[in-house]
Amino acid sequence: MIAVAEVTPAWYLVLGSILFSIGTVGLLVRRNPLVMFMCVELMLNAVTLTFVTFSRMLQDINGQSVVVFVLVVAAAEVVVGLGIIVALLRKKPTATADDVNVLRG
Amino acid sequence: MELFVFLVAGGACILGALGVVLNSNPVHAALSLVGTLFGIAVLFIAQDANFLAAVQVIVYAGAIVVLFLFVLMLLGVDRAEDLSIEPLGGGQRAAAGIVGLAVLGLPLFAFRSVEGEATGAMAGTGDANHLGSGAADVAQLGESLFTTYLFAFEATSVLLVIAVVGAVVLARKVKRADYVTDPLVVAAEAEAAASVDESDEADDVSELETELEAAE
Repeated sequence: MIAVAEVTPAWYLVLGSILFSIGTVGLLVRRNPLVMFMCVELMLNAVTLTFVTFSRMLQDINGQSVVVFVLVVAAAEVVVGLGIIVALLRKKPTATADDVNVLRG
Repeated sequence: MELFVFLVAGGACILGALGVVLNSNPVHAALSLVGTLFGIAVLFIAQDANFLAAVQVIVYAGAIVVLFLFVLMLLGVDRAEDLSIEPLGGGQRAAAGIVGLAVLGLPLFAFRSVEGEATGAMAGTGDANHLGSGAADVAQLGESLFTTYLFAFEATSVLLVIAVVGAVVLARKVKRADYVTDPLVVAAEAEAAASVDESDEADDVSELETELEAAE
């Protein structure tokens, strides 16, 4: 019989950092603006998982309050970001992130 | 029991995250994102954050992913992207991998270095912030949001209104398109003009050469 390991908060934190790094790599590697946006959502979710873990670890409700605000800001960010992407892709349906280089110095 | 829940939900999270990055079809990537979001909601429940789990499913899986899919379908950009081509080149993939490993390695190194000493300690907060056991988290969260964070909570409503106005302004079709000079169009025209000039110059040179040959 295998000894059942106990799930410590560190496991959740490690999972959060793994998810965050996957999101970072995706944001850097993918060129489709919509998929890059999904990777940003992935990173935000990794951070909220970390906040909830610390909230339970430290027995402090403030961590969960912060997660509520992160959710609201994420929703606002998605609305504005998708508006920009719609305006961009309407001009040029095959646009990738590399085509938005007008402001490059 | 918590181990089982953690393994299943954590596995769903990581598989979904990998799916978002590796799927060449954006629709499949969006559906993989749902897997990750559900996994995180389950992990919230496992950590007694029941209200946040419900909000996570409703807001993320119910609204944000549907918005993503809506935009994909509206614009018809659900074509597959060829991941084998590196558009930037110059070892950008390798650099991205190094950055990812660094981002992953830094917190892991921090966990190792503290050896669990920094974990499990109580925060120096008063009784009002103390997290009770069981399902009381909704009441506590509400009290925290509407007392300590009341001003921030009101500010988020302003933020949401601004976001709605911004989205309407950005996504609106401009009726008189000729009144607005679109920078993308201007850049494309300038590029086309530049390439035409280059080809003209090339023609001039070849014409000169043929004239010279004829003179000889």
